[in-house]
Amino acid sequence: MKQFQYTRPSTQQMALDAISKPGAKIIAGGTNLVDLMKRGVTAPDKLVDINHLPLKNITPTHTGLHIGSLALNSVVSENELVLQKFPLLSMALKAGASPQLRNMATVGGNMMQRTRCTYFYDTTMPCNKREPGTGCGAMEGFNRMHAIFGTSNQCIAVNPSDMCVGLAALDAVVIIAGRKGERRIPFTEFHRLPEDHPEIDNHLAKDELIIGVEIPDNNFAKNSYYLKVRDRQSYAFALVSVAAALDIDNGVIKKARLAMGGVAHKPWRLFDAEKWLIGKPISEENFKQAAQMAMAGAKGYEYNSFKLNLAPATINEALKHAAGLV
Amino acid sequence: MESKILNKPIPEEGLSRVDGRLKVTGKAKYSAEYDVKGVCYGVMVGSTITKGNIKSIETKTAERAPGVLAVITYLNCPNIPGYHTDNQPDKGPLKIFIDDKIYFNGQPIALVIADTYERALFAASLVKADYTKDQHQTDLKANLSSGFSPSKAKDYLRGQEDAYKLAPVKIEHEYTLPTEVHNPMELHAIIACWDADDKITVWDKTQGVKSTQRVIAQAFKLPPENVQVTAPFVGGAFGAALRTWPHEIAAVAAAKLVKRPVKLVLSRADMFTSVGYRPHTWQKVGLGATADGKLVGITHEASGQTSVYENFTEGVVNISQLMYASPNVNTRYRIVPLNVNTPTPMRGPGEATGAYALESAMDELSYALNIDPIELRIRNHADSDPLSGKPYSSKFLKEAYQLGADKIGWSERSQKPGSLTKDGWLVGYGMGAGMFGAYRSNATVTARLMADGTLFLQTSVTDIGPGTGTAMASIAAESMGISPEKIRVELGDSALPPSPTQGGSQVTSTVGAAVFDACKELKDKFRQLDGGADSTDYTALLQKNKLQKLEVTTASKGSAAMNNYAAFSWSVHFIQVYVNPNTGVVKVNKAISVADAGHIVSPKTAASQIKGGSIMGIGMALMEEAVIDHRYGRLVNNNFADYHMPVQADIPQVEALFVNKPDPYLNPMGAKGMGEIATIGVAAAVANAVYNATGKRIRELPITPDKLI
Repeated sequence: MKQFQYTRPSTQQMALDAISKPGAKIIAGGTNLVDLMKRGVTAPDKLVDINHLPLKNITPTHTGLHIGSLALNSVVSENELVLQKFPLLSMALKAGASPQLRNMATVGGNMMQRTRCTYFYDTTMPCNKREPGTGCGAMEGFNRMHAIFGTSNQCIAVNPSDMCVGLAALDAVVIIAGRKGERRIPFTEFHRLPEDHPEIDNHLAKDELIIGVEIPDNNFAKNSYYLKVRDRQSYAFALVSVAAALDIDNGVIKKARLAMGGVAHKPWRLFDAEKWLIGKPISEENFKQAAQMAMAGAKGYEYNSFKLNLAPATINEALKHAAGLV
Repeated sequence: MESKILNKPIPEEGLSRVDGRLKVTGKAKYSAEYDVKGVCYGVMVGSTITKGNIKSIETKTAERAPGVLAVITYLNCPNIPGYHTDNQPDKGPLKIFIDDKIYFNGQPIALVIADTYERALFAASLVKADYTKDQHQTDLKANLSSGFSPSKAKDYLRGQEDAYKLAPVKIEHEYTLPTEVHNPMELHAIIACWDADDKITVWDKTQGVKSTQRVIAQAFKLPPENVQVTAPFVGGAFGAALRTWPHEIAAVAAAKLVKRPVKLVLSRADMFTSVGYRPHTWQKVGLGATADGKLVGITHEASGQTSVYENFTEGVVNISQLMYASPNVNTRYRIVPLNVNTPTPMRGPGEATGAYALESAMDELSYALNIDPIELRIRNHADSDPLSGKPYSSKFLKEAYQLGADKIGWSERSQKPGSLTKDGWLVGYGMGAGMFGAYRSNATVTARLMADGTLFLQTSVTDIGPGTGTAMASIAAESMGISPEKIRVELGDSALPPSPTQGGSQVTSTVGAAVFDACKELKDKFRQLDGGADSTDYTALLQKNKLQKLEVTTASKGSAAMNNYAAFSWSVHFIQVYVNPNTGVVKVNKAISVADAGHIVSPKTAASQIKGGSIMGIGMALMEEAVIDHRYGRLVNNNFADYHMPVQADIPQVEALFVNKPDPYLNPMGAKGMGEIATIGVAAAVANAVYNATGKRIRELPITPDKLI
């Protein structure tokens, strides 16, 4: 690991100043960044440790719930307000990583973990995300874990987060501080697709800091479910995961939210399927049809074509759970 | 009255691990944990190409990095006299740092020595090599045609060749097992410390201190007694530490060069290319039977990968020669040299691979015949060894079938696949059997009774986790009639009396028998002191005779009568799975393993060993798979995030059952080994249960969700 400077700002302003310097990187839980530094994938000159900033709060607002960016994944997953208002988020968090990692990982850090794959991690392999212009090792390589939506000819990696799939489904908003003040962007627009710049995972500018996410109140608590299909039951990335949330009145769907993980460079919201479900009675036939609709534009590669079947099956299964049909 | 109690010093459920407290409190010291004065640290640099030559290697930057003492490559490696001037790839273990040739990706090309681990690690990242690349081959399936018959495993024929093809009912299928990499919890580690120019102490992760002593002595041309190898605790090994690997020789050479003790701990990524693996193996099994389920013929073919410098050979097809009473059997085994590191035995070596195919094929045949899989096995039960014709020393496999079937509720199983459901999940039952030779070799044990009543037992065998020390204490406590708290077991040091390497399911039989014999001899000595009486008040006897201690060193071996019998341990594994019909997720809901391993000397640790073996088999069936990107010849999942083995959430309460009937011939305890049979047959049981649940037969492990949707 390359030697680096380390600084621990005590105020948000100091942090913003520190991260605007060239070669500086924020560290919070470090569960992904330290890994990448050890493997030589990233080599920052300076780490800005923001763990002392007062951003751990989980507080109700007039319109929903604010979760500070430094709130730990483990704490959020067990928070009473989260469990009561947004159990989907708790389920998604608990599906992610391992208890040890969740004890270190923060909400902001989880959002900032790299969209990645095994070729990104191995510095002897080509990877446009790690080293633009070197090619994509996965495209014609071992791409079992890779994306089926929104890929480019530069990159087919997937965002590995479960929490982000839950937040995308719940219409969360990201609150970002910069030196010129705060801005808010919808969670679904925080991460980006690879296009011609797979080295950029999201729309956070270098001199900006995530200070929290806000989830608007909704009526999904009763009928939501996070289903993650993976090779083992803990500490494994999703083959496909689905966050499903329904607002059901008398057996008829009033509102639906669906997002998928393990299928794209970013959490993949299924807007068309959601719209189609409105006004439909809850039934497996309807869920299957919505799932098929969600697959429009999907494209498989040599080892991941199974996701073209697994994804709709998982959507259907998650919706059945959310609707209480199983 | 009192002596009666003393003669039953072991509780019914067996002793708890004698070293359990040390292990859970962190006081058990493993190889990397010894505090050796002046120690420095080694980090290996691996080749990033798969076949070719090192054109140039830049070490200057690394050498100038802070704290670096040496960067060892083939250009400056001190002479290792035992290597002679042999050129690779003369068949034989990989000789490290002797020339510029690269045989596999990850092959060590440099060893960086620095005053701290972190500095060594950093400097290792600065070593850069340029290579001349040759076309490599890493893909087994693409290279099956270059397989050859190794000298140690010739083709076998009993009766008529390929007789199954003529049988009224026949099946023929191919089965593939991917590479499974050795990943015991403890990383391989060595501290090498030269005490004089011709004398060295090493703390090493090894399954056999005597074998490591011999190899290091040979490599450095030292008298064996000048090499002391210590491994009192080993954090799992499963075959990975059966042999002395290049990194161990490198650490010893490096310590000589820098004139300081060197500690070398492999990283987890290093483990994937340094300590062997269960090789990727393709198999084809043909079974033919009469309509009433009598086997007519078995044909079993296998091709497993090996390296280009060693012919790694294992008993993949042997189980088909031995398991069932079939008049016609033929087997063919090939090895395929590839640009990979050499495989090494992994628990149930070969047999576990072979049993996956044979026991899957037996299951397929049972459906073809519409006969219950247990019933099919009973109809083909071998009453004597089909290979040698000899009677078995003991075999209670039929009882094991019954015990396991009752326990799992086999009667609930449906012979029609896909017909049982619960809460929206498909439910299936499967079973698979296993067998492994029951051995006894030679061992010597010192038993020393001290004035305070403490009994010391000493022998050089290592305890890699099965509970060897506990079994020895149990045998001695029973034999001497003393409390196990009074017994101290000292193991894992080459200075102690000779014992075999821990492996091949032979240690309880061999070393246990030596403990038994030593205790018998010690008791005889006490009896002589006591004028022929039989007191177990040893302290009183010592006091009366003004002795500080009484000790014997006893060499023990099996009797010639053993040659008249075929000796095997047997197992059968029962699995119940739930399979999600939509997502293909498999959950093992029940796992029951039954062992016919003779008299169970140490019930608690035996149960633990069976459970561990079952979990290993479940991992083999459902998740373990090392993946090579053949374009580069390089592993793409050499870490615990991407290489999956089971975690707690995947494993139900595994139950271990024992027939627990003594083998009358093998050793005085009546015990047979069980390390291997714990895993052999499990993967087939899981695959068979998945078929029973879904009607889908997965012949290419691991059975991941994508294969079931």
